[in-house]
Amino acid sequence: MRVDIKGFAKPLVESLIAIVIGIVVGGIILAFSGYSPVKAYVALFDGAVGSKYGWAMTLSAATPIILTALTFGIGARTGLFNIGGEGTVYFGAIAAILLTNLWGNILMGLLGGIIAGIAWMAIPAFLKVLRGVNEVVSTIMLNWMAYFIALYIVLQKIPNPEDPNKTIAVPASARFPIIMKGSELSWAFAISVIAALITYYILWHTELGYELRVSGYNERAARYGGINPKKAVIWSFLLGGIMSGLAGATEVMGRPPSYAISQGMANIYGYGFDGIGVSLVGRNHPLGIIFSGIFFGMLKAGATAMQIEAGVPLEMVRMVQGVIVVAVAVPGLLDLLKRVVRR
Amino acid sequence: MIEAVISTLIGALTAMVPLVLTSVGAVVSERAGVVNIGYEGILLMSAFFGAIFAEITGSPWIGLLGGAFIGMLLGMLHGFITVYLKGDHVIPGIGVNLLALGVVAFGIPAYWGTAGQHQVPTNFRVTPIINTPYGSLSPMVLVTIAIAILTHWVLFRTPLGLRIRAVGENPEAADALGINVERYRFLATVYGATLAGLGGAFMSVDWLGTVTKQLSAGRGFIALANMVFSGWNPLRALLGGFIFGFFDNLSVWVRTNPEVQRIIPWQFVATLPYLVTLIIVAGIIGKVRPPKADGKPYKRE
Repeated sequence: MRVDIKGFAKPLVESLIAIVIGIVVGGIILAFSGYSPVKAYVALFDGAVGSKYGWAMTLSAATPIILTALTFGIGARTGLFNIGGEGTVYFGAIAAILLTNLWGNILMGLLGGIIAGIAWMAIPAFLKVLRGVNEVVSTIMLNWMAYFIALYIVLQKIPNPEDPNKTIAVPASARFPIIMKGSELSWAFAISVIAALITYYILWHTELGYELRVSGYNERAARYGGINPKKAVIWSFLLGGIMSGLAGATEVMGRPPSYAISQGMANIYGYGFDGIGVSLVGRNHPLGIIFSGIFFGMLKAGATAMQIEAGVPLEMVRMVQGVIVVAVAVPGLLDLLKRVVRR
Repeated sequence: MIEAVISTLIGALTAMVPLVLTSVGAVVSERAGVVNIGYEGILLMSAFFGAIFAEITGSPWIGLLGGAFIGMLLGMLHGFITVYLKGDHVIPGIGVNLLALGVVAFGIPAYWGTAGQHQVPTNFRVTPIINTPYGSLSPMVLVTIAIAILTHWVLFRTPLGLRIRAVGENPEAADALGINVERYRFLATVYGATLAGLGGAFMSVDWLGTVTKQLSAGRGFIALANMVFSGWNPLRALLGGFIFGFFDNLSVWVRTNPEVQRIIPWQFVATLPYLVTLIIVAGIIGKVRPPKADGKPYKRE
């Protein structure tokens, strides 16, 4: 396997610049809101990577968002803006809870996530192929429908009779083994890394992946080369659905202590949106996504420490993520910066 | 019976406002060739800042203008990246949407010290012009209708409108005629975002009277769907906005109506605006055509 170092360097530097811009702008907003940016960021990064425990929390926070980032990344490589990961996560989690309660093992739970992911993502896929519906609009509408339908299931169909704050739990026999005792890190993390590696393999080392990428690069060229773009669209959505479905499944099977969906779906909400940022910073490349996923995991894990130690609302990291994504959109960020510096 | 009709009508007209303002803005922006999917975030952020402006100054109208101002700033950011830097049209929109989630979720506890939700006091809200026992009509409804009609007139009946449409259909030809493609595209983008900002502030200081981190609730995207539905036509966007507003209002009404909740779970009714949007978009696509150069960066040869 040959790796093109030079081709990687520029996007890497640009992503790093975007991250720095995000952190700086976040700091400015913090200062304006009356907080100490230094104190906040020190608490954040110390909490995230200052200890073994911090690293464990960082990696466990990275687990679902690497998977949801793969959803967006696979879509982007096919020329699609698939932002339906959010809704798919809910159904992946629900399906995993249901199936593991029928058959108490990990494989059944993962299968549940995969099936739910495929089923829910099939809707925007077929709307796109059959009716030409723009996936940005359809997946957002489906996210909202998923939110309310999942809320109904969580509240009415699978509530925990002993604890009104959550749903029934994944049985102990279907939970991922914990890697570090006392932390939230389980072997579910391995699932997301493996998923990213498989995605990389599929996209760059199989015929299907070639077809997906060519369709994304230039639809007309793809058609000319005998590739059916509709097939690419369907595969892109279904592979993406699998990833987000797995994100939901691993979240309830691999994240102590609850192993269930908590009230208001708080513990499975927002991963789809986080994944978009992770993918864009990782340049929609599965290997890049692993690293940017760990970085965003760092922000998430450190946010709690920041809230406790610096009193800054933990939602602040979401703001930083938003700034980073806007900065990523600036084309030729590196060249632009060079031009500014030279002046 | 009459009461129900009046209250439904007023409710739909009210719920129509943010959708129509955003759709009409999006029509102008895309007619000039700039795609912006960041309206969801613009609605949310301007709702948040609109409420702050209203509470600081004591005037809901300044709140509305403040929201429009925030929209304008975000429009300038989008226009700068897409028009002048020739960046991708979709990614900055995604960024603004994510940014808004963060800013508002961070801002509510940071500014008001409450978790998740802030109620805007009634004395900072817009006074209705018509009060009936079945609901009240905001002056913003009339403003919205006026803006839609005026925008339609400018877009299709004036030289300015012709130029806006030209840069979205055929920027090369427009450029050859001496039209400053970049300037028109930039200003059209800013106009679209400003209208969305006005619509966002309307939600917090007039219609819903509250700020939450889910306040926009997909309306930015419903507005985009409505824009497609309208065939990039402001007057049809007004009509479509009324239809979408009806379902939007219906779902808000059902969520708070215990009678209905006994028959059907509120969560199912809450999916209605989104389901209707999907069905309408799936039903009419193929009959409409976006402006030719929509979403394509224009680089001078």
